[in-house]
Amino acid sequence: MTYDFFSKLFGSDLIAALIQSLLPLFIFILPYALFAVWWERKVSAHMQDRLGPMRVGWHGALQTIADILKLFQKEDIVASSIDKPLFNIAPVLMFVGTYAAFAAIPFSSVFIGSNLDLGVFFIVAVSGFSVAAILMAGWASDNKYSLIGAMRSAAQIISYEIPTILVIITIVMVTGTLNLTTLSEMQTGHFWNWMILGGPGSSLSKFLLIPSMILGFGIIYISTLAEVNRTPFDIPEAESELVAGYHTEYSGMKFAMFFLAEYANMLAVSSVVAALFFGGYQSPCGYLGNLIGLKWLIPIEQIFWFTAKGLFFVFVQMWLRWTLPRLRVDQLMNTCWKYLIPLAFVNLIIIGLITLI
Amino acid sequence: MLTDFGRILVFMVVSVIFVIGAILAAKLVRPSRPSKEKLMTYECGEDTIGSPWVKFNLRFYVVALIFLIFDVEIVLLIPWALVYKEFGLQGFLIGGIFLFLLGLGMAYEWRKGDLEWIRPKPVPPVLKKEPSTVKVEVQA
Repeated sequence: MTYDFFSKLFGSDLIAALIQSLLPLFIFILPYALFAVWWERKVSAHMQDRLGPMRVGWHGALQTIADILKLFQKEDIVASSIDKPLFNIAPVLMFVGTYAAFAAIPFSSVFIGSNLDLGVFFIVAVSGFSVAAILMAGWASDNKYSLIGAMRSAAQIISYEIPTILVIITIVMVTGTLNLTTLSEMQTGHFWNWMILGGPGSSLSKFLLIPSMILGFGIIYISTLAEVNRTPFDIPEAESELVAGYHTEYSGMKFAMFFLAEYANMLAVSSVVAALFFGGYQSPCGYLGNLIGLKWLIPIEQIFWFTAKGLFFVFVQMWLRWTLPRLRVDQLMNTCWKYLIPLAFVNLIIIGLITLI
Repeated sequence: MLTDFGRILVFMVVSVIFVIGAILAAKLVRPSRPSKEKLMTYECGEDTIGSPWVKFNLRFYVVALIFLIFDVEIVLLIPWALVYKEFGLQGFLIGGIFLFLLGLGMAYEWRKGDLEWIRPKPVPPVLKKEPSTVKVEVQA
């Protein structure tokens, strides 16, 4: 574990924990956000037969850096009628909630912020921070668009949290653990040991689990999509009717923080789904490091696979954005309460029966 | 020695410092030229009319209430799921009773129309009218 390495190197736990907590931010989230913003614009452009940003750098690769520099210089307009303390706390709380989730996500077998036994449960709990932040931002802005956006967003996030947790419970029933590292280690070996294909082993229950697991993956992917307010569930930020939803009144760096938290959230839910169903950081086809006898190569490969899976699911989120139209608010609530939750319940009972075999 | 949650606290402190640091760093560079028009609440360029802090749709409140019930029951389900394999059929039946009650509650809410976003208006009972016996006499 990197934590033990750093604490031996510096002789202090606090310094080790500090380095441990800075690493994901600077080597993972910030580069990812730079890449993902550009990537989203390119994906959307190519899906609409356009070119997208082309001027700054190779195929516009430096566009995001230019945007950040621009945001850095923008005036921070704080309207006179807002509720100032709440208005300033909201972006901080939003980013804290998102970043704390990364503390419990295993990036590889040797690197995890904090190897919690509560793992997934903690991530689900801490993602509730963002609901509070969104409500704060919407309420404090004293703006009709913000308030409507925030209310819709909060209602949507809390509703879709239930199917998410119900699917997580099915995984917990099969594996008997909430710890994401243990969960990923269980799915080691080849891709047929992944939870989407019934988990490790070759018993009868593994094969019976496959349809339920695929259904569970469908439910959790749809509901995480709604939890990060992406199309087709982007009614809280419907730009054609609500301008920008809960962050309409924000400008400059505070807006940038909301934006960063949103993109980081996309990656967080994608990597949780990958860790639950697709083996987390495990390679689908064995390790090169094992093959040629270089043990230190394995963690690097694991980080590669983790990034690849996370980015793939982020790409699917972008893809869906340009494929599906936006749902109406009543359709949104119907999808959750009348389809996803009953389906998740039935799935829970079926998986419970299969695990008994 | 830091515990697992101690390390998460460090994570949170680092992210707070990062956000505040970024906002303060931008303060050194950015201009600040407020004017009366700039400080008005944004409403697509028009003058702001009224305040948004008025009565709000009650449905959001109902959704939050239903969510609260489900969330508490899910918190109770997680420890059950963790030790599920050790108890076999007995564990399944105990969880089954719990889930059955939860399902009953859900069915009740559904039937009452609390899951509808636009709540159907209660239809007042209509008394069946007797076919009128009074014949309209048509005068020739």
